[in-house]
Amino acid sequence: MPSNTDPKHYVAPVEETPLVAIDQVKAEGKPTNLWTDAWRDLRKRPMFWISSILIVLIVVVALFPGWFTSTPPDNNCHLADSNGGPAAGHPLGFTKQGCDVYSRIIHGTSTSLAVGMIVTFIVAFLGVISGAIAGYFGGWVDAVISRIADIFFSIPYILAAVVVMSVLSRYASVWTISLAIGLFAWPTTMRVLRAEVLRVKNADYVMASTALGVSKFRILLRHVLPNSIAPVIVVTTLALASAIVAEATLSYLGVGLPTDVMSWGNDISRAQNDLRNNPMTLIWPSIALSVTVLSFIMLGEVARDALDPKSRAQR
Amino acid sequence: MAGYILRRLLQAIPVLLGTTFLIYFMVFAMPGDPIAGLFGEKTPPPALLEQLRERYHLDQPFIVQYFLFLGGIFRGDFGVSFSGQPVTEILAQTFPVTLRLAILAVFFELVAGITIGLIAGIRKGGIFDASALVISLILISVPIFVIAFVAQYVFGVELGWFRTTVGAGAPWKDLLMPALVLATISFAQISRLTRSSVIETSSQDFVRTAASKGLSRRRIVPVHILRNSLIPVVTYLAVDFGVLMVGATVTEGIFNVPGVGRTLYQAILRGEGPTVVSFVTIMVLIYIVINLVVDLLYAVLDPRIRYAK
Repeated sequence: MPSNTDPKHYVAPVEETPLVAIDQVKAEGKPTNLWTDAWRDLRKRPMFWISSILIVLIVVVALFPGWFTSTPPDNNCHLADSNGGPAAGHPLGFTKQGCDVYSRIIHGTSTSLAVGMIVTFIVAFLGVISGAIAGYFGGWVDAVISRIADIFFSIPYILAAVVVMSVLSRYASVWTISLAIGLFAWPTTMRVLRAEVLRVKNADYVMASTALGVSKFRILLRHVLPNSIAPVIVVTTLALASAIVAEATLSYLGVGLPTDVMSWGNDISRAQNDLRNNPMTLIWPSIALSVTVLSFIMLGEVARDALDPKSRAQR
Repeated sequence: MAGYILRRLLQAIPVLLGTTFLIYFMVFAMPGDPIAGLFGEKTPPPALLEQLRERYHLDQPFIVQYFLFLGGIFRGDFGVSFSGQPVTEILAQTFPVTLRLAILAVFFELVAGITIGLIAGIRKGGIFDASALVISLILISVPIFVIAFVAQYVFGVELGWFRTTVGAGAPWKDLLMPALVLATISFAQISRLTRSSVIETSSQDFVRTAASKGLSRRRIVPVHILRNSLIPVVTYLAVDFGVLMVGATVTEGIFNVPGVGRTLYQAILRGEGPTVVSFVTIMVLIYIVINLVVDLLYAVLDPRIRYAK
């Protein structure tokens, strides 16, 4: 009679079973989790590196515009240069007011990025709190929060921001515009997190924690949230990109940032009247805007692929 | 089925009440003088201020104001524009144009999006798939007003293929370019959605069964894969309507299409607050109704939804 501690005599030899793969996992290998798997997947993809490098570059430009241009963006403009082409020290030419296009783009970076970041923060804050509470506590709490989210979700957020900004036009600033966009963009994050929490809260480890007497709140913070946050990271990255587009659209429509704030949306809006004479003053800030948005969208896309096992299997 | 429709209709009521309340709240309960705020930078004449105050019942308590506003909406009274024309009358003139523009745009984005998404999904990992991904990511990142300006400049000004602005009566021919521009926003989403849906459907058992009983690829792809992949695309059309309305505001402004979007765009530019609010309210109401209709349609098309609960 073989001993109980040595079960291999009860089953077929490992070589003859489909379990052979298990045998090939190295014993000294570290246990993997979603995040290490995702990182291993991410660093193999060129799209991840391209977008990360671009984002780092954009952040550096936003923080230290002086490193990239010494031309002041809004004063020192000479009308003599109006709509002028590229010149020495002014690689992208001049606007109608005779300001340096390149310098304006460099100095406008921080505005777009700031709006993107503040909106993302608002969206993540409102979306995570409401989504976690609705999904975890369920019942009438879920019903109330979900209906409120439905209400905010049924107003396309640019239209909502148009209303808010036309009322608050005299208070227009990076903060009010971010608030106007963020206040109506959070339901997507809330819905994604709620669905994830609903999935995770029935997992065995949650039940085990409950059995061990861990408090509900602590389970939510320590077990449920960390295991359901991955898709939220993807939607917030994409929210950052759409917030930048939303700011530019609002500024383009004339209900965005005040005209004296340096922003790509304002520059594009101003350049539209000169489309026939000097299309490049419109094209350059548009390229800057699109490249920034594209970087965040690419990062969101690769993050989605890396964090979602279903899409990983599909590739 | 009847139960589902009833439940869905009942669910729409709090959303309808909530959204109108929210819009009303945003405009008339925010700090500062709401009427003065509606004028933006301009200083309105005191007589107009007085008139507006009376029209919006600002002397009443807030909740009474809201119900008076709601009552107006139910009677089809969305107020009067600055030029004195009732908003519903403007809507009757402009809505058909926007509807034609939207139909053209949806047609373009569906045909192009589904075709490209299907090919990319069936040949996933190939060159076609990779280039479709790159193009759709770029189209998603470029804001609609940039696409509109570039299209207007390249095809209208430089090449002269079409008129840069839409002529009187908005003939279909002139609407082609704005519709193509409008279609670019959702084309990318639809092609990506179709692609991932096609990939998912292709790995289903019924597709394998169809292949193993000897059906040709030519029959499996359209009948078994494509038809079953289109459900998420149908759902997306509801969301798409919101995107289209925002897009139409920008596109119609740029191409001078005499539709709802241009009216809203011009009202925003002129700082005509009350008109902006009326139009946004109408757009949101239309959006909610379209969402409801798509949800119900969805239940008709897909029996799994009907019997789920």
